[in-house]
Amino acid sequence: MITRRDFLKISAFASLIGLGGSLSIEALEKKQGPQVLKDLKALKGKRWAMAIDTRKFKTQEDFDKVIKACHKAHNVPEIINPLHEVKWIWTEDYEHSFPGTAEHYISKEVKERKFLLLCNHCDNAPCTRVCPVKATFKREDGITMQDMHRCIGCKFCMAGCPYGARNYNFLPPRDYIKELNPEYPTRMLGVVEKCTFCNERIDRGLLPYCVEASEGKIIFGDLYDPNSEIRKVLAENIIIRRKVELGTQPMVFYII
Amino acid sequence: MYDGWKIILGLVVFVIIVTLPFTMSIGRDYVKPQPSIDTPEIQKMEKKQCIESKQYMRETHIKLLYSWKDYASREGKRVYIASDGKEYTISLQNTCMKCHSNKEKFCDECHNYVSVKPYCWDCHIEPKVGGLK
Repeated sequence: MITRRDFLKISAFASLIGLGGSLSIEALEKKQGPQVLKDLKALKGKRWAMAIDTRKFKTQEDFDKVIKACHKAHNVPEIINPLHEVKWIWTEDYEHSFPGTAEHYISKEVKERKFLLLCNHCDNAPCTRVCPVKATFKREDGITMQDMHRCIGCKFCMAGCPYGARNYNFLPPRDYIKELNPEYPTRMLGVVEKCTFCNERIDRGLLPYCVEASEGKIIFGDLYDPNSEIRKVLAENIIIRRKVELGTQPMVFYII
Repeated sequence: MYDGWKIILGLVVFVIIVTLPFTMSIGRDYVKPQPSIDTPEIQKMEKKQCIESKQYMRETHIKLLYSWKDYASREGKRVYIASDGKEYTISLQNTCMKCHSNKEKFCDECHNYVSVKPYCWDCHIEPKVGGLK
Protein backbone atom coordinates (compact mmCIF):
# COMPACT_ATOMS: atom_id res chain seq x y z
CA MET A 1 0.00 0.00 0.00
CA ILE A 2 1.49 3.36 -1.11
CA THR A 3 1.35 6.20 1.38
CA ARG A 4 -0.01 9.58 0.51
CA ARG A 5 3.45 11.09 1.07
CA ASP A 6 5.14 8.64 -1.31
CA PHE A 7 2.50 9.17 -3.94
CA LEU A 8 3.06 12.94 -3.92
CA LYS A 9 6.84 12.44 -4.11
CA ILE A 10 6.57 10.07 -7.06
CA SER A 11 4.17 12.29 -8.95
CA ALA A 12 6.35 15.38 -8.37
CA PHE A 13 9.45 13.64 -9.74
CA ALA A 14 7.51 12.18 -12.63
CA SER A 15 6.26 15.63 -13.63
CA LEU A 16 9.84 17.00 -13.42
CA ILE A 17 11.08 14.31 -15.78
CA GLY A 18 8.19 15.09 -18.07
CA LEU A 19 9.09 18.79 -18.20
CA GLY A 20 12.77 18.06 -18.81
CA GLY A 21 11.86 15.61 -21.50
CA SER A 22 9.87 18.11 -23.51
CA LEU A 23 12.67 20.66 -23.26
CA SER A 24 15.31 18.22 -24.46
CA ILE A 25 13.17 17.10 -27.35
CA GLU A 26 12.68 20.71 -28.43
CA ALA A 27 16.42 21.38 -28.25
CA LEU A 28 17.27 18.30 -30.30
CA GLU A 29 14.66 18.98 -32.92
CA LYS A 30 16.17 20.66 -35.95
CA LYS A 31 14.57 23.77 -37.33
CA GLN A 32 12.98 22.95 -40.64
CA GLY A 33 11.14 24.84 -43.30
CA PRO A 34 11.48 28.43 -44.39
CA GLN A 35 13.05 31.09 -42.19
CA VAL A 36 12.86 34.85 -42.13
CA LEU A 37 15.92 36.85 -41.10
CA LYS A 38 17.33 40.34 -41.01
CA ASP A 39 19.73 41.31 -43.76
CA LEU A 40 23.34 40.89 -42.62
CA LYS A 41 24.21 44.19 -44.30
CA ALA A 42 21.54 46.08 -42.34
CA LEU A 43 22.76 49.10 -40.37
CA LYS A 44 22.70 48.38 -36.66
CA GLY A 45 21.55 51.04 -34.25
CA LYS A 46 19.55 51.34 -31.06
CA ARG A 47 18.14 54.80 -31.66
CA TRP A 48 18.49 56.40 -35.07
CA ALA A 49 18.80 60.17 -35.06
CA MET A 50 19.57 62.93 -37.50
CA ALA A 51 21.51 66.19 -37.24
CA ILE A 52 20.83 68.84 -39.87
CA ASP A 53 23.60 71.39 -40.28
CA THR A 54 21.52 74.46 -41.08
CA ARG A 55 24.68 76.54 -41.64
CA LYS A 56 25.51 74.54 -44.73
CA PHE A 57 22.13 74.87 -46.42
CA LYS A 58 22.55 78.15 -48.29
CA THR A 59 20.59 78.19 -51.53
CA GLN A 60 17.15 76.95 -52.48
CA GLU A 61 18.92 74.43 -54.68
CA ASP A 62 20.47 72.76 -51.62
CA PHE A 63 17.01 72.14 -50.20
CA ASP A 64 15.41 71.14 -53.49
CA LYS A 65 18.03 68.48 -54.12
CA VAL A 66 17.30 66.78 -50.80
CA ILE A 67 13.52 67.12 -51.04
CA LYS A 68 13.40 65.85 -54.62
CA ALA A 69 15.60 62.85 -53.84
CA CYS A 70 13.18 61.77 -51.11
CA HIS A 71 9.91 62.57 -52.84
CA LYS A 72 10.90 61.00 -56.13
CA ALA A 73 12.10 57.75 -54.58
CA HIS A 74 9.06 57.37 -52.34
CA ASN A 75 6.43 58.28 -54.95
CA VAL A 76 5.20 61.27 -52.97
CA PRO A 77 2.45 63.08 -54.92
CA GLU A 78 2.99 66.73 -55.88
CA ILE A 79 -0.15 68.59 -54.98
CA ILE A 80 -0.04 72.39 -55.13
CA ASN A 81 -3.17 73.10 -53.03
CA PRO A 82 -1.88 73.39 -49.43
CA LEU A 83 -5.12 71.88 -48.10
CA HIS A 84 -4.40 68.59 -49.86
CA GLU A 85 -0.62 68.61 -50.15
CA VAL A 86 1.46 65.60 -49.14
CA LYS A 87 5.05 66.04 -48.00
CA TRP A 88 7.67 63.93 -46.29
CA ILE A 89 10.35 66.60 -46.03
CA TRP A 90 9.88 70.33 -46.52
CA THR A 91 11.18 73.76 -45.52
CA GLU A 92 9.95 76.38 -43.09
CA ASP A 93 11.25 79.66 -41.67
CA TYR A 94 12.83 80.14 -38.26
CA GLU A 95 9.79 81.50 -36.38
CA HIS A 96 7.50 78.73 -37.56
CA SER A 97 10.04 75.94 -37.15
CA PHE A 98 10.72 76.73 -33.50
CA PRO A 99 7.63 78.44 -32.11
CA GLY A 100 7.92 79.21 -28.42
CA THR A 101 11.66 78.68 -28.33
CA ALA A 102 12.59 80.95 -31.23
CA GLU A 103 14.86 83.64 -29.79
CA HIS A 104 13.69 87.03 -30.97
CA TYR A 105 17.09 88.73 -30.63
CA ILE A 106 19.14 86.04 -32.31
CA SER A 107 21.33 87.13 -35.23
CA LYS A 108 19.52 88.29 -38.33
CA GLU A 109 21.32 85.68 -40.39
CA VAL A 110 19.86 82.79 -38.35
CA LYS A 111 16.42 84.40 -38.37
CA GLU A 112 16.45 84.49 -42.14
CA ARG A 113 17.58 80.90 -42.55
CA LYS A 114 15.26 78.21 -43.81
CA PHE A 115 15.00 74.92 -41.97
CA LEU A 116 14.50 71.44 -43.34
CA LEU A 117 11.60 69.77 -41.54
CA LEU A 118 10.57 66.13 -41.48
CA CYS A 119 9.11 63.57 -39.10
CA ASN A 120 11.10 63.81 -35.86
CA HIS A 121 10.82 60.09 -35.05
CA CYS A 122 10.15 61.11 -31.45
CA ASP A 123 11.31 58.78 -28.73
CA ASN A 124 7.97 59.39 -27.02
CA ALA A 125 5.86 59.64 -30.15
CA PRO A 126 2.31 60.87 -29.54
CA CYS A 127 1.12 59.59 -32.94
CA THR A 128 1.79 55.97 -32.00
CA ARG A 129 -0.15 56.38 -28.77
CA VAL A 130 -3.30 57.68 -30.42
CA CYS A 131 -3.41 55.29 -33.37
CA PRO A 132 -6.41 53.03 -32.70
CA VAL A 133 -5.24 50.21 -34.99
CA LYS A 134 -1.49 50.26 -34.28
CA ALA A 135 -0.81 51.16 -37.88
CA THR A 136 1.88 53.53 -36.63
CA PHE A 137 4.32 52.16 -34.09
CA LYS A 138 7.90 52.42 -32.85
CA ARG A 139 10.42 50.01 -34.31
CA GLU A 140 13.08 48.66 -31.99
CA ASP A 141 15.65 51.00 -33.52
CA GLY A 142 13.51 54.04 -32.72
CA ILE A 143 11.99 54.63 -36.13
CA THR A 144 8.35 55.72 -36.04
CA MET A 145 7.03 53.42 -38.71
CA GLN A 146 3.73 53.51 -40.52
CA ASP A 147 2.11 50.31 -41.79
CA MET A 148 0.13 51.50 -44.81
CA HIS A 149 -1.68 48.17 -45.01
CA ARG A 150 -3.32 48.76 -41.68
CA CYS A 151 -4.03 52.52 -41.72
CA ILE A 152 -7.75 53.25 -41.68
CA GLY A 153 -7.33 56.98 -42.31
CA CYS A 154 -8.87 58.19 -39.04
CA LYS A 155 -6.36 61.11 -38.86
CA PHE A 156 -5.90 60.79 -35.06
CA CYS A 157 -2.13 60.72 -35.61
CA MET A 158 -2.33 63.98 -37.53
CA ALA A 159 -4.02 65.58 -34.55
CA GLY A 160 -1.47 63.96 -32.22
CA CYS A 161 1.63 65.06 -34.11
CA PRO A 162 2.77 68.51 -32.94
CA TYR A 163 5.12 68.91 -35.92
CA GLY A 164 2.69 68.64 -38.84
CA ALA A 165 4.71 65.77 -40.22
CA ARG A 166 1.71 63.74 -41.27
CA ASN A 167 -0.46 64.24 -44.33
CA TYR A 168 -3.71 62.66 -45.37
CA ASN A 169 -4.32 61.54 -48.94
CA PHE A 170 -7.41 63.56 -49.74
CA LEU A 171 -6.85 63.00 -53.46
CA PRO A 172 -5.89 59.81 -55.32
CA PRO A 173 -2.09 60.06 -55.03
CA ARG A 174 -1.23 58.31 -58.29
CA ASP A 175 -2.83 61.09 -60.30
CA TYR A 176 -0.26 63.52 -58.91
CA ILE A 177 2.95 61.54 -59.35
CA LYS A 178 4.80 62.56 -62.48
CA GLU A 179 7.20 59.67 -62.63
CA LEU A 180 6.58 56.46 -60.69
CA ASN A 181 9.48 54.71 -59.01
CA PRO A 182 8.70 51.05 -59.71
CA GLU A 183 10.83 49.90 -56.77
CA TYR A 184 8.62 51.51 -54.12
CA PRO A 185 4.84 51.42 -53.62
CA THR A 186 2.59 54.45 -53.75
CA ARG A 187 -0.17 55.09 -51.22
CA MET A 188 -3.89 54.88 -51.76
CA LEU A 189 -6.67 57.38 -51.28
CA GLY A 190 -7.58 57.82 -47.61
CA VAL A 191 -4.43 56.88 -45.71
CA VAL A 192 -1.99 59.02 -43.75
CA GLU A 193 1.66 59.06 -44.75
CA LYS A 194 4.95 60.52 -43.56
CA CYS A 195 8.72 60.11 -43.59
CA THR A 196 9.83 56.62 -42.54
CA PHE A 197 13.54 57.44 -42.01
CA CYS A 198 14.09 55.24 -45.08
CA ASN A 199 13.86 52.11 -42.94
CA GLU A 200 13.78 50.04 -46.13
CA ARG A 201 17.25 51.39 -46.93
CA ILE A 202 18.58 51.03 -43.40
CA ASP A 203 17.50 47.38 -43.49
CA ARG A 204 19.66 46.96 -46.57
CA GLY A 205 22.66 48.80 -45.16
CA LEU A 206 22.13 52.13 -46.91
CA LEU A 207 21.72 55.64 -45.52
CA PRO A 208 18.45 57.57 -46.00
CA TYR A 209 17.98 59.33 -49.35
CA CYS A 210 18.07 62.81 -47.81
CA VAL A 211 21.37 62.11 -46.06
CA GLU A 212 22.86 60.80 -49.28
CA ALA A 213 21.59 63.72 -51.37
CA SER A 214 22.70 66.35 -48.84
CA GLU A 215 26.39 65.48 -49.36
CA GLY A 216 27.43 65.85 -45.74
CA LYS A 217 24.96 68.53 -44.66
CA ILE A 218 22.86 65.96 -42.80
CA ILE A 219 24.44 63.52 -40.35
CA PHE A 220 22.67 60.28 -39.51
CA GLY A 221 23.61 57.79 -36.84
CA ASP A 222 22.95 55.91 -33.64
CA LEU A 223 22.27 58.29 -30.76
CA TYR A 224 22.89 55.61 -28.15
CA ASP A 225 26.36 54.84 -29.45
CA PRO A 226 28.75 57.28 -27.66
CA ASN A 227 31.38 56.85 -30.38
CA SER A 228 29.10 57.55 -33.31
CA GLU A 229 29.62 60.49 -35.64
CA ILE A 230 26.29 62.01 -34.74
CA ARG A 231 27.18 62.11 -31.03
CA LYS A 232 30.44 63.85 -31.91
CA VAL A 233 28.66 66.42 -34.04
CA LEU A 234 26.03 67.05 -31.36
CA ALA A 235 28.68 67.50 -28.69
CA GLU A 236 30.75 69.96 -30.72
CA ASN A 237 28.02 72.29 -31.98
CA ILE A 238 25.12 74.37 -30.72
CA ILE A 239 21.98 72.38 -31.33
CA ILE A 240 18.27 73.01 -31.01
CA ARG A 241 15.27 70.77 -31.45
CA ARG A 242 11.66 71.54 -32.34
CA LYS A 243 9.14 71.93 -29.49
CA VAL A 244 11.17 70.09 -26.84
CA GLU A 245 8.85 71.54 -24.19
CA LEU A 246 6.19 69.03 -25.25
CA GLY A 247 8.30 66.11 -24.04
CA THR A 248 8.10 64.12 -27.24
CA GLN A 249 11.90 63.77 -27.41
CA PRO A 250 12.39 64.53 -31.11
CA MET A 251 15.27 62.69 -32.76
CA VAL A 252 16.02 65.37 -35.36
CA PHE A 253 18.58 67.95 -34.21
CA TYR A 254 19.35 71.31 -35.83
CA ILE A 255 22.87 72.70 -35.73
CA ILE A 256 22.72 76.49 -35.51
CA MET B 1 -54.39 17.80 -48.04
CA TYR B 2 -55.81 21.31 -47.84
CA ASP B 3 -54.59 23.70 -50.52
CA GLY B 4 -52.42 20.97 -51.96
CA TRP B 5 -51.81 22.70 -55.26
CA LYS B 6 -50.39 25.74 -53.47
CA ILE B 7 -47.92 23.61 -51.59
CA ILE B 8 -46.86 21.72 -54.71
CA LEU B 9 -46.53 24.95 -56.71
CA GLY B 10 -44.42 26.39 -53.92
CA LEU B 11 -42.20 23.32 -53.87
CA VAL B 12 -41.75 23.42 -57.64
CA VAL B 13 -40.76 27.10 -57.52
CA PHE B 14 -38.36 26.34 -54.65
CA VAL B 15 -36.69 23.49 -56.54
CA ILE B 16 -36.33 25.65 -59.67
CA ILE B 17 -34.69 28.49 -57.72
CA VAL B 18 -32.35 26.16 -55.83
CA THR B 19 -31.18 24.40 -58.97
CA LEU B 20 -30.81 27.64 -60.93
CA PRO B 21 -27.00 27.79 -60.60
CA PHE B 22 -26.77 24.34 -62.17
CA THR B 23 -29.45 24.72 -64.83
CA MET B 24 -28.14 28.10 -65.92
CA SER B 25 -24.68 26.73 -66.65
CA ILE B 26 -25.98 24.00 -68.95
CA GLY B 27 -24.60 24.48 -72.41
CA ARG B 28 -21.96 26.95 -71.30
CA ASP B 29 -18.26 26.23 -71.83
CA TYR B 30 -16.20 25.66 -68.74
CA VAL B 31 -13.11 27.83 -69.02
CA LYS B 32 -10.39 26.59 -66.75
CA PRO B 33 -8.14 29.41 -65.56
CA GLN B 34 -4.66 29.01 -67.01
CA PRO B 35 -2.21 31.28 -65.22
CA SER B 36 0.67 31.86 -67.56
CA ILE B 37 4.30 31.73 -66.46
CA ASP B 38 5.53 32.76 -69.87
CA THR B 39 7.64 35.80 -68.98
CA PRO B 40 11.20 36.60 -70.10
CA GLU B 41 12.57 36.16 -66.57
CA ILE B 42 10.98 32.75 -66.06
CA GLN B 43 12.03 31.58 -69.53
CA LYS B 44 15.63 32.36 -68.59
CA MET B 45 15.48 30.02 -65.58
CA GLU B 46 16.84 26.53 -66.00
CA LYS B 47 14.50 24.99 -63.49
CA LYS B 48 11.18 26.79 -63.49
CA GLN B 49 10.63 26.85 -59.76
CA CYS B 50 9.02 29.51 -57.61
CA ILE B 51 10.44 30.21 -54.14
CA GLU B 52 8.51 27.23 -52.75
CA SER B 53 6.81 24.25 -54.39
CA LYS B 54 4.02 24.84 -56.88
CA GLN B 55 1.42 23.23 -54.65
CA TYR B 56 2.48 25.30 -51.63
CA MET B 57 2.41 28.53 -53.60
CA ARG B 58 -0.95 27.68 -55.08
CA GLU B 59 -2.52 27.06 -51.71
CA THR B 60 -0.86 29.57 -49.42
CA HIS B 61 0.60 32.43 -51.46
CA ILE B 62 -1.71 34.94 -49.77
CA LYS B 63 -0.68 33.75 -46.30
CA LEU B 64 2.95 33.98 -47.33
CA LEU B 65 2.46 37.52 -48.64
CA TYR B 66 0.63 38.49 -45.47
CA SER B 67 3.47 37.22 -43.32
CA TRP B 68 5.99 38.97 -45.58
CA LYS B 69 4.13 42.24 -45.11
CA ASP B 70 4.41 41.97 -41.33
CA TYR B 71 8.02 40.78 -41.30
CA ALA B 72 9.19 43.58 -43.58
CA SER B 73 7.21 46.53 -42.31
CA ARG B 74 6.98 45.62 -38.62
CA GLU B 75 10.13 43.68 -37.78
CA GLY B 76 12.51 44.93 -40.46
CA LYS B 77 13.23 41.35 -41.52
CA ARG B 78 13.66 41.42 -45.24
CA VAL B 79 15.42 38.15 -46.09
CA TYR B 80 13.40 35.00 -46.75
CA ILE B 81 15.22 31.68 -46.68
CA ALA B 82 13.13 29.16 -48.57
CA SER B 83 12.79 25.48 -47.68
CA ASP B 84 15.55 24.64 -50.15
CA GLY B 85 17.92 27.15 -48.51
CA LYS B 86 17.82 29.80 -51.24
CA GLU B 87 17.67 33.45 -50.16
CA TYR B 88 15.11 35.93 -51.42
CA THR B 89 14.41 39.58 -50.67
CA ILE B 90 11.02 40.06 -49.08
CA SER B 91 9.26 42.35 -51.54
CA LEU B 92 6.17 41.98 -53.68
CA GLN B 93 7.25 44.55 -56.24
CA ASN B 94 10.93 43.70 -56.38
CA THR B 95 10.89 39.93 -55.97
CA CYS B 96 7.53 38.37 -56.96
CA MET B 97 6.70 40.72 -59.78
CA LYS B 98 10.21 40.70 -61.24
CA CYS B 99 9.55 37.13 -62.41
CA HIS B 100 5.78 37.27 -62.69
CA SER B 101 5.80 40.42 -64.79
CA ASN B 102 2.54 39.41 -66.47
CA LYS B 103 0.03 40.37 -63.80
CA GLU B 104 -2.97 40.24 -66.14
CA LYS B 105 -2.22 36.72 -67.27
CA PHE B 106 -0.92 35.39 -63.97
CA CYS B 107 -2.58 36.99 -60.93
CA ASP B 108 -5.80 38.15 -62.55
CA GLU B 109 -6.39 34.86 -64.37
CA CYS B 110 -7.43 32.99 -61.22
CA HIS B 111 -8.53 35.98 -59.15
CA ASN B 112 -11.10 36.95 -61.77
CA TYR B 113 -12.24 33.34 -62.09
CA VAL B 114 -13.00 33.00 -58.39
CA SER B 115 -14.06 36.63 -58.14
CA VAL B 116 -11.63 37.78 -55.47
CA LYS B 117 -10.30 41.31 -55.57
CA PRO B 118 -7.05 41.63 -53.65
CA TYR B 119 -6.21 45.27 -52.94
CA CYS B 120 -2.46 44.89 -53.41
CA TRP B 121 -2.45 47.11 -56.48
CA ASP B 122 -4.07 50.09 -54.80
CA CYS B 123 -0.56 50.88 -53.60
CA HIS B 124 1.93 48.42 -55.06
CA ILE B 125 2.89 49.22 -58.60
CA GLU B 126 2.24 46.47 -61.09
CA PRO B 127 4.94 45.84 -63.69
CA LYS B 128 5.15 47.90 -66.88
CA VAL B 129 1.86 47.33 -68.76
CA GLY B 130 -0.84 49.34 -67.04
CA GLY B 131 1.55 50.39 -64.29
CA LEU B 132 0.13 53.88 -64.42
CA LYS B 133 -3.44 54.32 -63.42
